[in-house]
Amino acid sequence: MSTNESILEVTDLRTSFFTEGGEVKAVDGVTFDVPAGKTLGIVGESGSGKSITAMSILQLISHPGKIKGGEIKFRGKNLLDLSEKEMRKIRGNQISMIFQEPMTSLNPTYTVGQQIRESYKIHQGLGKKEGSKRAIEMLKLVGIPSPEKRLDQYPFELSGGMRQRVMIAMALACKPDLLIADEPTTALDVTIQAQILELIKELQDELGMSVVMITHDLGVVAETCDYVAVMYCGKVVEYADVRTLFKNPRHPYTVGLLKSLPRSDRDQEELTPIKGTVPSPDEMPVGCRFAPRCPFATNLCHEKLPSLDDVGDGEQIRCWIYTDEWNGDPGVKVYEPERTTEG
Amino acid sequence: MANQNIEQNTDHSEVELQAMNVKKPSPWKDFYKRLKRNKAALIGFYTIVFLSIVSIVGPFLLSMDPSDVDVINKFSRPSAEHWFGTDHMGRDIFTRIVYGMKYTLGVGFGSVFLGAIMGVPLGIVAGYYGGRIDSFIMRLIDILLAFPGILLALAIVSILGGSLVNVTIAVAIYAIPGFARIVRGSTLAAKKLEYVDAIRALGSSDLRIIFKHILPNVSSPVIVNATLYIASAILTAAGLSFLGMGAQPPMPEWGAMLNDGRDYIFDAGYIAFFPGMAIVIVVLAFNIFGDGLRDALDPKLKN
Repeated sequence: MSTNESILEVTDLRTSFFTEGGEVKAVDGVTFDVPAGKTLGIVGESGSGKSITAMSILQLISHPGKIKGGEIKFRGKNLLDLSEKEMRKIRGNQISMIFQEPMTSLNPTYTVGQQIRESYKIHQGLGKKEGSKRAIEMLKLVGIPSPEKRLDQYPFELSGGMRQRVMIAMALACKPDLLIADEPTTALDVTIQAQILELIKELQDELGMSVVMITHDLGVVAETCDYVAVMYCGKVVEYADVRTLFKNPRHPYTVGLLKSLPRSDRDQEELTPIKGTVPSPDEMPVGCRFAPRCPFATNLCHEKLPSLDDVGDGEQIRCWIYTDEWNGDPGVKVYEPERTTEG
Repeated sequence: MANQNIEQNTDHSEVELQAMNVKKPSPWKDFYKRLKRNKAALIGFYTIVFLSIVSIVGPFLLSMDPSDVDVINKFSRPSAEHWFGTDHMGRDIFTRIVYGMKYTLGVGFGSVFLGAIMGVPLGIVAGYYGGRIDSFIMRLIDILLAFPGILLALAIVSILGGSLVNVTIAVAIYAIPGFARIVRGSTLAAKKLEYVDAIRALGSSDLRIIFKHILPNVSSPVIVNATLYIASAILTAAGLSFLGMGAQPPMPEWGAMLNDGRDYIFDAGYIAFFPGMAIVIVVLAFNIFGDGLRDALDPKLKN
């Protein structure tokens, strides 16, 4: 994969939900690496399993969900082998997470200070005084003016952007090595979005942490990520570094995503949406999950699931087109998205 | 460079900041302000406070004893000397009602407190862990619920023996299902909140989440339910005493006094009337206060 040392290696992660209608494979054999100090973006539509992947890393999946198998290696240690108690020591301390909704991710009944102190109390056993001191430092770090005053305010007294900053302060309180950001900007308006992304980037450089950025917004990916894993129906379909992905997307799904996105760096007549919808879990195709919507799909695609294969340059693709078994249109093998958008 | 950027980013929030510096009312003041809007609830609240004070201070101010028998003056009508008259043994009814207040309030508060202590943890555990634990606890609760309240209390008292303490325990047991179900529901809602996930992602233990983050969120329905339940606990206790299963003579318990007056209801109605009125006033006070409390504690009805 990458030449850098990886801080997190997820291999064949499988998480299912056991509902009355049967097993729903939300995450179905996901594999990716997060190189140390870098940002990995996980992109996908709603229901592609990206949030469940994030929750699985921290083992926050609750009933009726269950992690069925795979490996989550964090600094060489498989997190799935740890007990709940050992896992608690990792959560918030070495791996932290920030959530989508800053409006609901803070407890309305406690002040900002009390909530940030919580991290210090859990992991370092700090009392109120020392905890407050550190909390003020954290609030300063995330760019909240007059942090001493903020400490005694309740979440409802803060704006959305401010709350997301408080969330980030809470998550980073114990200086984790890895931050998982689950759509951290989706609920914010555009100007605040840019600020928060910038903040995460700055803090990443300052604290030397790695980031997993979960998003459905390719703009966010282009701005913040070093590597990208594109997910579709619980599987990674393409893994590449961000430049390669945007310059030369190879998986038809990635190509489709990019074509449905307005771009300032290219002449574009019109946007082309991906036809069809994400299949529902109970009618999941047996072959390639994307085959029913893929313009190039052949019988092979409908019958057999391709594997996630290295295609050189640290890129991985789950598509028959890039294998020797490809028996469809030989032209798509050298598929150039620029050419098609112009023509 | 990094810091510069952060400062720039937050410039706009200075205005916001000033707006926020407006002094905010303390939670208690805020609560009282909202309670004040409901005049009936306020009257209920003050009645409860007044009666509580009377039950503590009253006995010290009265010259007579609730068990003083004055055979010559039995069945005297209400007068300046005996405000509420005297009963069939010549005991002063006013004195007995004042003395009886602490039993009534004691049974009310005591049984609800006991019921909450047992019911709330059951409800939280059932709601938080779900699955089999939930089914097990809730089926037990259903069994308790299957008995009509007074019947269950009667059965318990007849097993434990008739005394006010046993009545308190009996009413408390009957209070458990109400608390457990209310708390379970609120816990189910509270545990789905994103901040519970967020706090778990910070490495919090289940116990810490339950006590620090879920309990405060289920407290307001519990408080409202408790207040309303005090009223029905008082009624049940008085009913049991009326049936002779609760307070034993000569204890000036209101339900027992009601029973004393039963034989003379047509000739000396005041013997039963005043204790009955006292029960009505206390129960009404708790009921309207509880209703007002529900409105005042409901954040959706804020402003």
